[in-house]
Amino acid sequence: MLGFLAFIPRAVAQSIPLLFGCTGEIVTEKSGNLNLGLPGVMYVGAISGVIGSFFYEGSVGAGEVNAALAILIPMLCCMAGSLLMGLIYSFLVVTLRANQNVTGLAMTTFGVGFGNFFGGSLIKLSGQDIPSISLSKTSTCFRASLPFAKSLGVVGEIFFSYGFLAYLAIVIALAVAFFFKKTRSGLHLRAVGENPATADAAGINVMKYKYLATCIGCVIAGFGGLYYVMDYACGIWSNDAFGDRGWLAIALVIFTLWKADLGIFASILFGGLYILYLYIPTGMDHMEMKELYKMIPYVVTLIVLIFTSMRNRREDQFPQSLGLNYFREER
Amino acid sequence: MNSKGKEPFIHLTKRGAIPPVKAMMIRLFAVVIALIVCAFITGLTTGINPMEVYSSIIAGAFGSARKAWITFQDVSILLVISLALTIAFRMKFWNIGGEGQVLMGGLGAAACMICLGDKLPNAVVIVLMLISSLVLGGLWGFIPALCKSLWNTNETLSTLMMNYIATQLVLFYTIKWEVPKGSGKIGIINQDSHAGWLPQLFGSKYLLPIIVAVIVTVFVYVYIKYTKHGYEIRVVGESPKTSVYVGINLKKVFIRTMILSGALCGLVGLLLVGGINHTLTSTISDGRGFTAVLVSWMAQFNPFAMIATSFVIVFMDRGAGEIATRFDLNQSFGDILTGIILFFIIGCEFFINYEVHFRTGHKNAAGRKEAGSC
Amino acid sequence: MRGISKRFDLKQANTDVNFVLYKGEIVSLLGENGSGKTTLMNMLAGIYYPDEGQILIGGREVTISSPAEAYLNGIGMVHQHFKLVDVFSAWENIVLGEDGKYDVAAAKAKIRSICDKYGFVVDPDKKVYNMTVSEKQTVEIVKVIYRGADILILDEPTAVLTPQECERLFEVMRNMKADGKSIIIITHKLNEVMAISDRVVVLRQGRNAGELETAKTTMQEMTDMMVGHAVTLDIERPEPVDPKKRLVIKNICVTDAEGVPKVKNVSFYMNSGEILGIAGISGSGQKELLEAIAGIQAVDEGSVKYIDENENETELIGMHPRDIRELGVALSFVPEDRLGMGLVGNMDISENMMLRTFGESHKWFTDREKPRKVAEDVVDVLEVSTPGLDIPVRRLSGGNIQKILVGREISSNPKVLLTAYAVRGLDINSSYKIYDLINEQKKKGVAVLFVGEDLDVLMQISDKIMVLCDGQVSDIVDAKKVTKNEIGLLMTSLGQEGVGKGEQ
Repeated sequence: MLGFLAFIPRAVAQSIPLLFGCTGEIVTEKSGNLNLGLPGVMYVGAISGVIGSFFYEGSVGAGEVNAALAILIPMLCCMAGSLLMGLIYSFLVVTLRANQNVTGLAMTTFGVGFGNFFGGSLIKLSGQDIPSISLSKTSTCFRASLPFAKSLGVVGEIFFSYGFLAYLAIVIALAVAFFFKKTRSGLHLRAVGENPATADAAGINVMKYKYLATCIGCVIAGFGGLYYVMDYACGIWSNDAFGDRGWLAIALVIFTLWKADLGIFASILFGGLYILYLYIPTGMDHMEMKELYKMIPYVVTLIVLIFTSMRNRREDQFPQSLGLNYFREER
Repeated sequence: MNSKGKEPFIHLTKRGAIPPVKAMMIRLFAVVIALIVCAFITGLTTGINPMEVYSSIIAGAFGSARKAWITFQDVSILLVISLALTIAFRMKFWNIGGEGQVLMGGLGAAACMICLGDKLPNAVVIVLMLISSLVLGGLWGFIPALCKSLWNTNETLSTLMMNYIATQLVLFYTIKWEVPKGSGKIGIINQDSHAGWLPQLFGSKYLLPIIVAVIVTVFVYVYIKYTKHGYEIRVVGESPKTSVYVGINLKKVFIRTMILSGALCGLVGLLLVGGINHTLTSTISDGRGFTAVLVSWMAQFNPFAMIATSFVIVFMDRGAGEIATRFDLNQSFGDILTGIILFFIIGCEFFINYEVHFRTGHKNAAGRKEAGSC
Repeated sequence: MRGISKRFDLKQANTDVNFVLYKGEIVSLLGENGSGKTTLMNMLAGIYYPDEGQILIGGREVTISSPAEAYLNGIGMVHQHFKLVDVFSAWENIVLGEDGKYDVAAAKAKIRSICDKYGFVVDPDKKVYNMTVSEKQTVEIVKVIYRGADILILDEPTAVLTPQECERLFEVMRNMKADGKSIIIITHKLNEVMAISDRVVVLRQGRNAGELETAKTTMQEMTDMMVGHAVTLDIERPEPVDPKKRLVIKNICVTDAEGVPKVKNVSFYMNSGEILGIAGISGSGQKELLEAIAGIQAVDEGSVKYIDENENETELIGMHPRDIRELGVALSFVPEDRLGMGLVGNMDISENMMLRTFGESHKWFTDREKPRKVAEDVVDVLEVSTPGLDIPVRRLSGGNIQKILVGREISSNPKVLLTAYAVRGLDINSSYKIYDLINEQKKKGVAVLFVGEDLDVLMQISDKIMVLCDGQVSDIVDAKKVTKNEIGLLMTSLGQEGVGKGEQ
């Protein structure tokens, strides 16, 4: 039981990058854009935050960092970085009507390369004399949890022990769910993703919605990268450490049937599955079993994907124009 | 009520056919711009003279006979994967599971080498390797195709998931077969006996993949253009409704084609494990399953054009490796450059498919200017 | 609209067209297919942007570069292919694109008041994918009025409706006219022009062909203006020669993919040298019935027997479509979008010719010589206008695409020819070409099944007419004796004998 209670906070911490990624991708996909560049976006979001904070910490030197600036600078840098990725994708796909799969994959190549290059070369490029990027001061600010969390014991551990980005993730997910269900713009965006010709004929600015949805989606996803490096990894950047979380977030979108509020629970479940192998005893002789356990999230997603396609309920399907570009005068 | 909206400044129309030469010129132009942009970015971020960067890229790809051979070998590997995916793409089946299919092929080959290597004659082992890599690769193509044909499961997403399942399977076996225990690596398989190592043709260890690539290129071209299977694939890709109408069994074509596509990827796995690396790692495909999607698409699914596009990608990649070592930069710099070039090539397709009219102030005097063909 | 011109790719769609609409009138925009009616209206609705010309509303020049601007100018269009989001409910579709406060209750109330005012029946919470065609159309019209349009454009609104539903639509249109709204109705059905409109504007080959007051014109005059020269409205009907039973269909039942029964216990037979017409509202099981005979659609029960010249019987149910075809049963089904079924848009003409036959030989490679010859023949005989055989059919005009589709089926020298909507959307000249072709087949002793939309044509070309209603045979009647009214009734209600077996 105690083991399980200790497992929950770990699973939640693991789930937050996925939740950001998933929410961002839902917003993007609802506009009909399948952004396979998500892993790249999250890498760029992370490294942009790292760069910002790296130079800020460098400028303060040994002195105290200003908590507000230490949080604000990486966040703004992260937003700028992922926004730029969103703009590249939107420009290529929405304005230039390029193939979405291809653009997405190119973005991933670019984004992951961008992250790893600057992650690996930042020190050399800035000419500073330190062994590795370790942004512990910034990380402390990001990891600050509510003061009373510790005093609440197990409850505090499970609910209040996380940095503010974790709560932001949940708030954003709920806000997105509300947006789609209860607002006019949400209705319009859904229409754009389902049937852009209809939305266009109804006088909705399809281009604008696609641009906005994709860029906002990318910014949200970028926070996932930022959370990972600042909070989860304690401010230490290491190349490829972020791993395949971006793809997992795309899988999560399918798993949640494009529902952002469901994403909160689903991402915790996935986070749990992702680290489950650490908690299943395999013994030293059968380390290989751990690799099979790591397979679980993907197998589960595949099964959900197949299952929803078997059930074929109209409301559970992907947005009908997903992956297709819109050109008004298409005949 | 609003009386006068604004005159749309830019007006787009879809182009009809464009002469292939002109299309190639547009693409070439895009690459040139991309290279200039890359030079700028290189200079800006690293302070290295861009010209020096380009000369080292060339040196990296063709600096020595060995380097040139490896470049060609890499082109061949990427080309075969691209061709394999192309078969599926012509059917509008977005197989982005090349990565997993290659891994499974490699796994099949490695399994034969490890488990049968010293028990059977070498020729038999190699035949079994071939069969098992084709079968496992084909299986990884078969599963998404089956789901697609039975329940219309979205194949982009299912093949994506299959990639990671394959990766974990390979990791599982890497640890199961690890040598020495605890290293987490398989190491060179049958280092002494060379059992299951693919033969060297004409004394060159680089030639086999190149020959395979040539054969597969011709095969895929003929298969799509001149065979009944190929005809069916194109009909299914262009108009699934029509194919049902003329009595083509959609499910059969999906499954048959994806097995072929997966099996060809599996063949690459065999080449990588049995012929080049002689070991199995979970990164043996090195993202080429994804890169191949780009290669195939950039070539507009034309097998011969793919030779050129895969060459460009490999050239940049090998060159970037050289830059990394020479200027003591991170290896990933190549990915950034490749990404930028890809963006430009992707973007330039727009100017091939659409015509842009810029409206000048006066009506009826829309200044028609063709963009992108400068 | 003044001096409007628009070009697509290879085709000039509109040249220097003028069009005037007054407040509170209903104008018919008449013209053959491909005469540029829809294109012209799309420019008014902001879907296309004119290359040349100007649009004036209330004397002021306006620019309409998007549907939103069209709405701002009070113009709303109901497209032939409905622009509705399937997974949305009726009210969600109606309020789509509106600005301002998001008040669901108020929106629904407004929808209800519009319905009451003009006599629409709409359930605001019904999902579009559960709706019938007529319901969808109603939602479309309500949407346009909801958005405050004073000028309504209806693109072939009656094509998908029963005569009764048409009448209801016309009633609503008259209500709207009385309310001061102006309506443009695109159609090529002359009787509708006469029934509903005040004025008729005729387009021919993308240009103005003339303008008439409905009250002062005749159908003949309109037809002349549409086609440019006088055509006889009669279709030839040769007497069947030596009819013999060729195809006997007994108690066929078909259920579609969604589990809805589409064909219910249908029995009939087809004679050689005869044309059997099938009448019915679209979606009454015509498509499924034809597909069942051709072997494309799975059949729940029943039998289809093919009897050849030597009286040998073959059961078709359970056979592969290709084998059925080899027996001489040819199917040409022209779908709404023409390219959806039967042709591949991006392939050239000869490649499309081999669609049906490529599987016949048992070689690995496709035969490319024969299809090319067939293509040449079809292009030649049917006067298909095309720059060459290597051009993707997608880039031909609708009529030419259709000629290729029907031509291919006839070129296989069938014994049984199943055609559905063979003249759908074709201009009058091309239609007659197709009627001639079908009659030629009839004279050769082919048993022809002709599914049509236009009752006048059906009554003139067929020997017998089978009327389908909701998947059942309403009745089988003699085409020479029946009246249009009788068929109309049979289409909407079953014949007196209940589940009629017709003459059998």
